[in-house]
Amino acid sequence: MDLFQYDFMLRALVGALVIGLAAPALGIYLVQRRLALIGDGIGHVALTGVGAGLLLNRSPVLVAVLAATLGAVVIELVRAYGRTSGDLALALLFYGGIAGGVMLVGLSDASSGSLNAYLFGSLTTTSPADLVTIGVLGAVLLVTMLVLRPALFAVCHDEEYARVSGLPVRALNLLIAVGTAVTVTIAMRAVGVLLISALMVVPVATAQQVTRGFRSTMTAAMALGLFAAGAGVWVAATADTAPGASVVLVAIGSFLAVALLAAGARALLRRRGRSTPAAHPVEPAEHEVLLG
Amino acid sequence: MTSPVLEIAHATVGYDGRPVLRDVSLTLTAGEVVAVLGANGSGKSTLVRAALGLVPIGAGSVALFGTPQRRFRQWHRIGYVPQRLGAGGGVPATVTEVVASGRLARRGVLRPAGRADRAAVAAALRAVGLADRAGDPVATLSGGQQQRVLIARALAGGPELLVLDEPTAGVDAASQEAFAGALRAFRDGGGTVLLVAHELGPLRPLISRAVVVHQGGIAHDGAVPEPAGHHADPDHEHVHPHCDEEPAGLWRSI
Repeated sequence: MDLFQYDFMLRALVGALVIGLAAPALGIYLVQRRLALIGDGIGHVALTGVGAGLLLNRSPVLVAVLAATLGAVVIELVRAYGRTSGDLALALLFYGGIAGGVMLVGLSDASSGSLNAYLFGSLTTTSPADLVTIGVLGAVLLVTMLVLRPALFAVCHDEEYARVSGLPVRALNLLIAVGTAVTVTIAMRAVGVLLISALMVVPVATAQQVTRGFRSTMTAAMALGLFAAGAGVWVAATADTAPGASVVLVAIGSFLAVALLAAGARALLRRRGRSTPAAHPVEPAEHEVLLG
Repeated sequence: MTSPVLEIAHATVGYDGRPVLRDVSLTLTAGEVVAVLGANGSGKSTLVRAALGLVPIGAGSVALFGTPQRRFRQWHRIGYVPQRLGAGGGVPATVTEVVASGRLARRGVLRPAGRADRAAVAAALRAVGLADRAGDPVATLSGGQQQRVLIARALAGGPELLVLDEPTAGVDAASQEAFAGALRAFRDGGGTVLLVAHELGPLRPLISRAVVVHQGGIAHDGAVPEPAGHHADPDHEHVHPHCDEEPAGLWRSI
């Protein structure tokens, strides 16, 4: 692949792969909790951080991490204590975040192009320093999500039971919130604020069509995220398309392909099941899809 | 005589300032199987939720194994079985994965599952008769089987006190029998049980004491009340305990 002889393309690829692996590892907890769109909201808040960073001449990514973490903690507290007005409070936070970001970027000397870079991603401008940030944060995130999986699973699956088990429920909830903020900010470089949720959620949605357990869903989602990131960057490099959009479209394409194959396999099995009664009608579908 | 397993003294519990339970006291000693009965909305679930700290108490005190609930940290001694499996989100989870959550109270958040954990999960699944479904997604199980998964999760931690919130509501007969068997084995092993129920069904012979919650207070604490009136019909499994001075119809549920 001669395109990847350029350093900037190589950095783009490595950055995308790290994010593709880490984003679904966190996203699975958000899907489990039916908060699939929360990443989107936190992305909006991160944009205000980007604007503030550009205005103050500080690293936009670093300020965005701070803003997104603050936003995520506020959202988590609203979720835990607010209940009734939570929906509206979230809406205010989302729109305030994106409006604040657009306004602050406008006030700074940055061109409108830099706003676009954060809205839709600008993978090919990943600097070596950015790559170190992405790599370190991505690795910390991945290890945390894997090591704490039993506890995080318990909290997302049945919060009251987790409390009676004596788990530090509030700390684990805040960990997920902060993890979401970190994922959003490192993924901002790759796919942009407006497409972040896709990388956290779509691979999980794809995986759970054919998996039976939480761990297998997590593993498959991470593999799918890795594939979408790699294939997306390759498509972007060869067809000269926007990398962020290409990665997300590959992820959504995989979802559709798996959905069709799974439906086809089920229909085939049902027809075969009529002549020979199958003991476990769901099990073989998995293998057929994997082959497909 | 050691300290009681659970001691609720003069507790008042309410939601948003509206009291649900007023001046309620209840003591459980080791080895008892106590059923909390009452009509829907009587506050019987609130009573056990308050005992576990899931609902804050306004006045009075709750002690678990002799420790005030606020300072109680030995949660592995308690196995909680909620009414039903939570919404659970869209991500599939296998029966084993759900039951394995029951080991966290014992093992802690950071230590990975070991051989003892896997053995305890397998034993708990055998105890409720679901060993053959270990690898299946919980969503594919019937309501009764899901309820058995929840009791297996509570048993997996090796608790001394089981707290069950309407475990048999809407559960098929086979699961109720499996349930009663698991509970009997737990009691025979020296365990204590606090059970909220609307209908006792096959659990009835296991109950050593019944507490009836009525209009935010405890109306009866003693022997399991006999079904009365049309409720005595063998086809009618609901248990609506009655007081002499009140018509049985008062206890009728929706």
